[in-house]
Amino acid sequence: MSIGPAPAHPTPRGGETGSLVEVRGICVSFGGTEVLSDAGLTVSEGEVVTLIGPNGSGKTTLIRVLLGLLRPDAGTVWLRPGLSIGYVPQRLAVDPVLPLSVGRFLALARRPRRGSMERALAEVGAGHTLDLPLQTLSGGETRRVLLARALLGEPDLLVLDEPVQGVDLTGQAELYGLIGRVRHERGLGVLLVSHDLHLVMAATDEVICLNHHVCCAGRPEMVSRHPEYIALFGPRIAETFAIYAHAHDHEHDAAGRVIAAGANEEADGEEEGSVSDG
Amino acid sequence: MDDFVLRALAAGFGVAIIAGPLGSFVVWRRLAFFGETLAHSALLGVALGLVLHFSATLGIIAVALLIAVLLVAGEGQGGRGRPGLPTDTLLGILAHTALAAGLVALALIEPVRIDLMAYLFGDILAVGTADILWIYGTGAVAMAVLIAIWRPLLAVTIDAELARVEGVKVRAVRLVFVVLMALVISVSLKIVGIVLITSLLVIPAAAARGFARTPEQMAVGAALIGCAAVALGMAGSFHWDTPSGPSIVLAAALIFAVVSLWPRRPRRSSGAGRPASSGKISRSG
Repeated sequence: MSIGPAPAHPTPRGGETGSLVEVRGICVSFGGTEVLSDAGLTVSEGEVVTLIGPNGSGKTTLIRVLLGLLRPDAGTVWLRPGLSIGYVPQRLAVDPVLPLSVGRFLALARRPRRGSMERALAEVGAGHTLDLPLQTLSGGETRRVLLARALLGEPDLLVLDEPVQGVDLTGQAELYGLIGRVRHERGLGVLLVSHDLHLVMAATDEVICLNHHVCCAGRPEMVSRHPEYIALFGPRIAETFAIYAHAHDHEHDAAGRVIAAGANEEADGEEEGSVSDG
Repeated sequence: MDDFVLRALAAGFGVAIIAGPLGSFVVWRRLAFFGETLAHSALLGVALGLVLHFSATLGIIAVALLIAVLLVAGEGQGGRGRPGLPTDTLLGILAHTALAAGLVALALIEPVRIDLMAYLFGDILAVGTADILWIYGTGAVAMAVLIAIWRPLLAVTIDAELARVEGVKVRAVRLVFVVLMALVISVSLKIVGIVLITSLLVIPAAAARGFARTPEQMAVGAALIGCAAVALGMAGSFHWDTPSGPSIVLAAALIFAVVSLWPRRPRRSSGAGRPASSGKISRSG
């Protein structure tokens, strides 16, 4: 894990032990405007990777390339053979003219039993929705249902595009708690897209800061001190986060020293051991 | 009842039964304009059949299939950052160009005597045994295929990208569906004609939405309502000596109006149980 300019993952292509997906050197442009340039990411088993970046920075585009929904102009996507992906899209707009209950929506791709659908919905805090028409759900309820649907497929990799958009604050904490839990219980990899830094940081192993290219990548508390990150989000946001991180990870930051880009190697060695207890 | 009435009823029911489920998807996928375009291309098919000396039905099917495939192929091209015309505008242009081209083509192929009115507005009473065989043969195939692709098609209708990630072959499913539409529209033209065919797909499905709680209920309901509209429309046509095609469409519209105005309980009726259950959940999380 290193902080530095792209490419973020100079590891050999395809099949690094434990990795579920490796995306490299992705370039995408829409109508002459370059949205992604040499962007990439890797997600391994049991790892939570968060993609952050301002609006229009190409987060969703990178996700779409990974999912095979968009063909990049250049770059490679390697998925572990037989990989099953659970995808929670940013929005779901089902026309009210289609009569569809939540239960039916859950049972569309596979045919789970009613009991397992009830369990999955209860797990995401949407247990009351099973028999409701899909279109009557609020934005937050819809996101929970989408998450339940993704989990029902027992994926190896969960891809969540802004998973807590429209969810109230308590619900956000619950959902991130849930994501952390399923990661531990099932050992699945999680790729999150987000711009709400605070809650995400606590539950994530690696942060990739994207602004058309990978600005920096690494452990959350390291990324938050990276000059490119601060330049992107402004010193005030970065600072609030640093305090937050300090409060929760004081064993790493007790020295209170600012980790500069040049101090990577040393920091890496120290931080590596503490990943597992996080 | 006379033979031709029985034949007309049989043909009408056959069309209504397949138009119900297919029309439900037309409504869900907002393809009414698409259906219109396919129907309007039919006269070109008739002209083609005349020039190449094969049956009008075959000509209609050939042209409708060609246009359906071209439209689906064109669909993929528009997306990528290229500012284009909205789909309904494009279809509006295509539909009426096809209709105009068909009329001109038929006028050019002289001397031909075809019953233009029968193609435009349908002539259910002129249905022959061969037509009924066409309708039921095509209808049975279309129904079997539709049932086979039902779940993936529903998944694509709900969210194409989600379906794609879950392994549905989105393009293939879409293509199969428009081919079904082209087939069914082609063989249904005798009943209500080019101008009114889309209403037979859309109106029964829209009426069935009023009481359906699942996609399947809506599809079956649409088929039943379609049959009722055929029966009612033909009865009215006899009683008041009105043209059969428009009478059937009016009957369907009447059923739609009655169902729409029917008083109904509010949708989210299970709301009473909600606060209690959501309280329980937040504790467990």
